[in-house]
Amino acid sequence: MSFEMFLFYAFAFLAVFSAVAMIGFVRHIVAAAMSLVVTMVSLAGIYVLMHAELIAAIQILVYAGAIVVLFLFVIMLLDLRDGGLGPAARGQNLVKAVGVGGTVTIGTLVVASVSGVFSVNPLVESLPEGFGEHRALGIALFTDYALAVELVGLVLLASIVGAVILAKRKID
Amino acid sequence: MSIPIEHVISLSALLFVIGVVGALTRRNLIVILMSIELMLNAANLALVGFNRVWSVTAEGAARYDGQVFALMVIAVAAAEVAVGLGILLSLIRNRDSLNVDDASLLRW
Repeated sequence: MSFEMFLFYAFAFLAVFSAVAMIGFVRHIVAAAMSLVVTMVSLAGIYVLMHAELIAAIQILVYAGAIVVLFLFVIMLLDLRDGGLGPAARGQNLVKAVGVGGTVTIGTLVVASVSGVFSVNPLVESLPEGFGEHRALGIALFTDYALAVELVGLVLLASIVGAVILAKRKID
Repeated sequence: MSIPIEHVISLSALLFVIGVVGALTRRNLIVILMSIELMLNAANLALVGFNRVWSVTAEGAARYDGQVFALMVIAVAAAEVAVGLGILLSLIRNRDSLNVDDASLLRW
C-alpha cells in the first residue's frame, strides 16, 4: 500500500468516525460542531490527494472557517440547557433509517459496479502542469463558467437579504 | 499509484447516508442543519473524485467541470446556512425551542 493510499484511508476513517460522532454519540452541541470541523478538514486532505488543491483550501476557509464559526456563534447566542442536543434518536426510527440508508448505499454501489460506470476511464496518471491550482481553476471560472459565477453571486445576495429579513425582530 | 475511484465514491455514499440518517432521526434543528452540510460535503467529494477521473480532454487539456461544480456547491451551502440559521433564530423567538416537532403547524 502506497503512502497516498494510507493517507486516503486515514482521512476516510477520520471523516466517517467524526460524522458518526456528530449525529450519534456526542454529549454537547459544541462537540457536534467540532466533529463537523474534523470531517471537513479530513475531506480537505482527501481533496489534496485528488489534485484539487484550491478546493481543499476553500473547503477549510469556508466550511471549517466561516460556516462552523457561524454555527458556534448561534449556539453561543442561544442559552442552551443540558447540552442543547435535545432528545436522542428514538431506537425504532434509528433502526429504520439505518436500514433504508444501508440498503440504498449497497444497492447503488452494486448497481454501479455491475453496470461498470467506474471502468469507463482509467485514471490519468500524468496530469497537465499545475492541475487543480488557483491559476488554472481561476481561468476556467472566469472564462467557461463566467455565467455560473455571476448566478451564484445572485444566489448569495438573495440569501443575505433573506437572512437579514428572517433575523429582524419586526419588519417595518 | 492513485486512489481507486470506487473507494472515493464509496466514502462519499457512506458520508451521505450518515447525513441522511442524522437529518431524519434527530429532532434538533442545529443537528439537522449540520447533517445537511454533511450531505453537501459528500456530494462535493463525489464531484471532485469524478473530476479526477475525467481530468483531461481528448486533446490533452485539463478540464475542471467537477471542481467548478464543487465550488458552486460550497457557495450554495454557505447561503443555505445563513438562511437556515435565520430560520432557527426566528423559531427560537416564536416557539422558544430547538425541537422541530414544536414547529408542526403545517403538518398534515
